Amino acid sequence: MATSATATGQATGDTTGTGTRFNLPTKKDNWARRAPLLPALVFMIIVTQLPFLATLAISFFNWNAFRPDDRHFAWFDNYAQVFTDSDLRKSVFTTIILTVVVVLVSLVLGLGIALLLNRTFFGRGLVRTMIIAPFLIVPVAAALLFKHAIYNPLFGLLNGLLNLVGITGPDWISEFPLASIQVQLIWQWTPFMTLILLAGLQSRPPDILEAASVDGATPWQMFTHLTLPHMRRYLELAGLLGAIYIVQNFDAVFTITSGGLGTANLPYTIYQTLFTAQNYGLASAQGVVVVIGSLIIATFALRSVSSLLKEESTR
Amino acid sequence: MSAQPATVSAPVAAVPPASAPGPKKKGGGWITALTWVVAIIFFIPILWMVLTSFHSEADATQSTPAFFAPLTLEGYRNFFGAAGASPWPPLINSAWASIFSTALVLILAIPAAYALSVRPVRKWSDVMFFFLSTKMLPAVAGLMPIYLIATKIGMLDNIWFMIIIYTSMNLPIAVWMMRSFLADIPPALFEAASLDGANLVQTLRRVIVPIVAPGIAATALICFIFAWNEMLFARVLTGVVAETSPVYLTGFVTSQGQFLAQVCAAATVISLPVLIAGFAAQDKLVQGLSLGAVK
Repeated sequence: MATSATATGQATGDTTGTGTRFNLPTKKDNWARRAPLLPALVFMIIVTQLPFLATLAISFFNWNAFRPDDRHFAWFDNYAQVFTDSDLRKSVFTTIILTVVVVLVSLVLGLGIALLLNRTFFGRGLVRTMIIAPFLIVPVAAALLFKHAIYNPLFGLLNGLLNLVGITGPDWISEFPLASIQVQLIWQWTPFMTLILLAGLQSRPPDILEAASVDGATPWQMFTHLTLPHMRRYLELAGLLGAIYIVQNFDAVFTITSGGLGTANLPYTIYQTLFTAQNYGLASAQGVVVVIGSLIIATFALRSVSSLLKEESTR
Repeated sequence: MSAQPATVSAPVAAVPPASAPGPKKKGGGWITALTWVVAIIFFIPILWMVLTSFHSEADATQSTPAFFAPLTLEGYRNFFGAAGASPWPPLINSAWASIFSTALVLILAIPAAYALSVRPVRKWSDVMFFFLSTKMLPAVAGLMPIYLIATKIGMLDNIWFMIIIYTSMNLPIAVWMMRSFLADIPPALFEAASLDGANLVQTLRRVIVPIVAPGIAATALICFIFAWNEMLFARVLTGVVAETSPVYLTGFVTSQGQFLAQVCAAATVISLPVLIAGFAAQDKLVQGLSLGAVK
């Protein structure tokens, strides 16, 4: 993997491949290698790292846009407020519940659907298309669709169907606010899980399954002993990527409940602190705490992705 | 592909369900039926959205679903026409922001991916993880300083500022995707190019781009989708002038289900580019969404 510069192309300034892979790269060669990377790297550092440093700095200030004259260094005041604020603690809890439920349910549904799709049957292409489609609806549009056209107590589809069989359905969003959001997100993210898990199923070596089947293994034994172990890293990857997006979900919470009825997750709470309370210092401290929390989770996540990358680079 | 063994009834591969006898076939029929039922359940909300968008407002708000109500373009006329603000500026803003940021992402990501796979820099995997880690940090943490910066330099409500934001949002995804596509190219091709004395730009143009064109297309489509969908930053950083389509949609959040046909028409029209892009990228969607980890 290390280097593909086995050619001796010193003819031009760019290709300073040094013959064999055992030679130490020269300084010039290093810069020639780095040059194509630099624009992207510098861009990312400026656009993503500098704002974070700014967040860190602002989090130590007492800074409220409603009182612009009273801006001063406040040490850890904002952090003290973050950790004693019960609304914020609740929103951490809500974020965890929302993410865990949505990721787990869509993973299980996704695995089931992937198993169903991993066969040859009439209309497979069309079925696959229908299953993927929910992932390809603009998230705000999907949330609006569920809020108004499906959950609405008077003329939503859900209660409309219940009406047909003579049942008066509840006001879904006010009675089950968090579940309403979860169901919408599960609907949208199951296709994502299905796609990744289906690719995993299709990468199973078919001969092993046939051998097991010849040896008289039951479908359930084959599932638990062959399919699940093979699928482990695909499940991890799908769950991980899904979690990264769902932890940050803002659109569904904002659209379906506007953060009310105990559904405010962290992104929504920070948004509120910033734009309703205009409290820049507190919002920054919340941001820093969220980043530290994410870093802890991300370390786990990166380790898992890292094993995938290593596997690839040793091929 | 079609020679994949069935999951449960393993040895019988590609036999049409109706013909062969035996209990396994019977089970296969049931499973096919179940698959269709699941697919239809997942598809019903979309079907309902499109159907409602073609109903009159009166039919859309029936308490029993008006499945067979006459179809009309009233919802679309209201969406594009008189009722409320015109959707054209937000649609154009979204197209502008998505297309421009995607182009910028590709211009930055393809050379970067080259420097991370074909002729890798030292510690290339650290760089890969730096890119990835920026996706793992919640974007909302950077929202406030970015808002303050935009205010300070007078870029609030400016679509070019959104283009920069979306470029940074999609660049890590594109670098990971493009690296996985480039890593698939046989090294011999690069050796040949470098023997011919091709420099980086020539290698990119003559060797890499033609081979990974489908990969570049898939990367572009996925970046387009994410940029088109984004709402939080757009809502905070844009207003009257640079409003994007998802922000336009948030205007319907508090409508309490009035104008249901219009809401469905709006949701349909605004989702259409994403549906088209997604199905165009269908073959490579998995590789893209898994950042190249799954093929």
